[in-house]
Amino acid sequence: MLSIKNLHASVEDKLILKGLDLEIKPGEVHAIMGPNGAGKSTMGYVLSGKDGYTVESGTVELNGVNLLDLEPEERAKEGLFLAFQYPVEIPGVSNLEFLKASVDAQRKARGEDDLSAKEFLKQAREACKKVDLPAEFLKRGVNEGFSGGEKKRNEIMQMLLLKPKLCILDESDSGLDIDALKVVADGVNSQRSPDRSFIVITHYQRLLDYIKPDFVHVLADGKIIKSGDASLALELDAQGYGWLTEQREGDEA
Amino acid sequence: MYTAGYSRLVSIERRDMSEEQIEKVLSREYEAGFVTDIESETFEPGLDEDVIRRISAMKNEPEWMLEWRLKAYAIWLEMEEPDWAHVQYPKIDFQKISYYSAPKSMADKPQSLDEVDPELLETYKKLGIPLEEQMMLAGVAVDVVFDSVSVVTTFKDKLKEAGVIFCSISEALQEYPELVKKYIGSVVPQRDNYFAALNSAVFTDGSFVYIPKGVRCPMELSTYFRINEENTGQFERTIIIADEGSHVSYLEGCTAPQRDENQLHAAVVELVIMDDAEIKYSTVQNWYPGDENGKGGIYNFVTKRAVCYTNAKVSWTQVETGSAITWKYPSCILRGDNSVGEFYSVALTRGMQQADTGTKMIHLGKNTRSTIISKGISAGRSNNSYRGLVRMGPRADGARNFTQCDSLLIGDQCGAHTFPYVESRNPTAIVEHEATTSKVSDDQMFLCQQRGLDPEKAVAMIVNGFCKEVFKELPMEFAVEAGKLLEISLEGSVG
Ligand SMILES: Nc1ncnc2c1ncn2[C@@H]1O[C@H](COP(=O)(O)OP(=O)(O)OP(=O)(O)O)[C@@H](O)[C@H]1O
Ligand SMILES: [Mg+2]
Repeated sequence: MLSIKNLHASVEDKLILKGLDLEIKPGEVHAIMGPNGAGKSTMGYVLSGKDGYTVESGTVELNGVNLLDLEPEERAKEGLFLAFQYPVEIPGVSNLEFLKASVDAQRKARGEDDLSAKEFLKQAREACKKVDLPAEFLKRGVNEGFSGGEKKRNEIMQMLLLKPKLCILDESDSGLDIDALKVVADGVNSQRSPDRSFIVITHYQRLLDYIKPDFVHVLADGKIIKSGDASLALELDAQGYGWLTEQREGDEA
Repeated sequence: MYTAGYSRLVSIERRDMSEEQIEKVLSREYEAGFVTDIESETFEPGLDEDVIRRISAMKNEPEWMLEWRLKAYAIWLEMEEPDWAHVQYPKIDFQKISYYSAPKSMADKPQSLDEVDPELLETYKKLGIPLEEQMMLAGVAVDVVFDSVSVVTTFKDKLKEAGVIFCSISEALQEYPELVKKYIGSVVPQRDNYFAALNSAVFTDGSFVYIPKGVRCPMELSTYFRINEENTGQFERTIIIADEGSHVSYLEGCTAPQRDENQLHAAVVELVIMDDAEIKYSTVQNWYPGDENGKGGIYNFVTKRAVCYTNAKVSWTQVETGSAITWKYPSCILRGDNSVGEFYSVALTRGMQQADTGTKMIHLGKNTRSTIISKGISAGRSNNSYRGLVRMGPRADGARNFTQCDSLLIGDQCGAHTFPYVESRNPTAIVEHEATTSKVSDDQMFLCQQRGLDPEKAVAMIVNGFCKEVFKELPMEFAVEAGKLLEISLEGSVG
C-alpha cells in the first residue's frame, strides 16, 4: 500500500524528517507515537503534499504510484486522506457543498458519474449519524464555529464519505471526551477492510484500546526509532519516551 | 426544454422580444419616412446642443423633455469631472464619443457563431447558456424562427391585468409623458453629479416601471423582458415608481459577458418608493473588463438612488465583476419615518480592474434603519475600494445603521481599501461599523486540495462562501448564476 524510504524533508530550511522509513500493507493499522515536535504532523503534510514542505531526498509510493510527483489534489484522488490535527474553517461554504464537490471530484478522477443529490444526501446523513453529528452540521460552514471535538468528528465524517485507501489520522483523538473517542474509534473501525490502511497518530494509548493497531512506531527527531506491536504503546504509556531517546543516544555514542 | 427555471424562461423571452422588434421594424416602414431615416443613422462623434436636439427629435420627444436635456447640458458644461474616487484612467474626451448609434443591421452582424470570438463562446458554454441564447447574446443575425409566443403573451397579459407599466423610457415618453415628467430628475436631479448631468442630457434608453397602489407585481421584472433591448444604451435612464403599498423585484443585467463598443457608460437609476411600498433591485454587472493590461475595458460611472417614504423599503443587491472601472454608489434616502434601506454588494476585481463602489444611507425620518453588507474581492493587480456614507439627520430619532465591510485578497499584488464616512447630527441615532480584511489562506486551500479539489475550484468555493450573505439576497436563479460567474471570473487568478 504505502512505502516510504529514507525520507528527508524540511520546512523553512529546517530539516524535520531525517530518514523516515515505513512500509504499510493493505488492511494494516499503524499507530505513530512520539514526543511533541518530533515531526508526526510534518510526515502527514509531506505525504499529502502541502506547500512549503520540501522533500530533500527519499521516495514515497502509494500502490506503486510515486506520490512526490503529484499535486495534493492528485494524491487525494489516488486515495490518500488526511484528517487534520487542527481543521481550518471555511466560512460560508457549507459542509454539504464542500463534500459534494470533493466526492464529485474524486469520482470524476475514477471515471465515475456524479452522485445524484439525493443519493449523496443520504450517504452524508448516514456518515453524520455514524460519528454522532446532528445532520444540521451538513448545512453549517465547514468547521465554522465547531467545537474542538466537533471538528474532529467532522474530519472522520469526511473520511467515511470519501472512502480513501490510505487514511492518516493526525491526533483525531485529542480534545475528545470519552464518548466522542468511542464514536471516532467506531467510525474508523467500521472502515477497516483488507484494502484500506490507516496511519493513526496519537499521544494516548487510550485510543489504541479502541482501534487495535497492527504495529506501533515511535517517531522521534524525524525518524522512526522503535517499532513493535500493540504492546509497545502500553510500555510507552507507562514509561514515556525518555528511555527510548536515551537508549538511542547511548547507541549512537 | 424551455420550461424549467427562470433563465430558460428568459431565453424564450429574449427570442420573442426579437420578434417584437422585427415587427416594430416592419411596421416602421409604414410610418413617416423621415423618422425612419433618422433612426437608421449613427451620429458622428461629438457633443453639442445640436446633438441633443437630434436625439430628442429622433425619439419624437415632447418639447419639455428637450428643454430638460438642454438645461442638463448647460449644467454639465459648468461642472468638473470628479477625481476623488480611488481610480485612475486617462482623461475622457467627450467629443470623441458618438451619442447615438443605430441598431446594427442584419448584414453587419456575425452571420453565425463561427464568426464570434471563441473565448466568449467558451464562457457562455461554462455558464451553461443554450445555443439559441448564445446567438442572441453574441448578436448573431438569426432568422425569424420562433417556437413559442405564449410565454411573452402570458407575461404581458399578467402585467396588464395587474396594471403594471413596464416599458422602455422612450416608449414611456410617448405613452405616459405626464408620469415621466413628474418623476424624472426627482431623485437624481440634473446637477447631482458630473456623470448624472451628462446622462440627463443625452440618455437614449432605459426602463420605465410603474406599480400601482397596493399591487404586488406578479413576477420579477427583468431588463431581459423589455423590448427595445437590442441596443443596450451607453447612457441608460431607468425610473421605477412603486406606489403606496406596492411591491416589485427588478433584475438588471446578465451574467453572460457583454461586449460593447462603447467605452463609457453612465447610467442613472431613480427609484421612488411611496408609503409602505418596497422595491428590490438586483444587478449583475459583467461588462468587458479589458485585456490583462486593462486596455479596452468599459468605464462604468453609475448613479443609482432611491427615495423612501413612510414605512417604505428599498434593497439594492449588486454583483459587480466586469468593467475596467466601476464608479457606483447606489444610495437610499430614507425620508419617511420607519423606512428601511439595504445594500448588499459583491465587487470582484482582477487583472487591472478598478472598482470604487459603496453606498450612501441618508437617514432623514425617525426610526429609519439601514444595513450595508459589502464584500470586496481583489485578485491580480486590481484595486477594490469600498466607499460608504452614513448620514443621520437631526430629525432621525432612533435611527440605526449597521455596516459590515469585508475584503478578501487573493495574491499579494492587489489592493483593498475602505473609506467609511459617518455624519451624525442626532445623538439618539446608532451607527455600527465592522470591517475585516482576510486572505484566502494556504491552510484553507490545502484542505480543499487534500479533499480532491483543484486550486481554481478551491478558490471559487472559498470566495463563494465569503459572498454568501449577499448571494442569499439574490433571486434564486440569479444567485446560482452569480456563483458560476465568480468561478469563471477567478479563473487564472491562482497559482
Ligand atoms: N512552518 C514551520 N516553520 C518552522 N518550523 C516548523 C514549521 N512547521 C513545523 N515546524 C517545526 O517542525 C517540527 C515538527 O513539527 P510537527 O508539527 O511535525 O510535530 P508533531 O510531531 O506533530 O508534534 P505534536 O505532537 O506537538 O503535534 C517542530 O519543531 C515544529 O516547530
Ligand atoms: Mg502534530
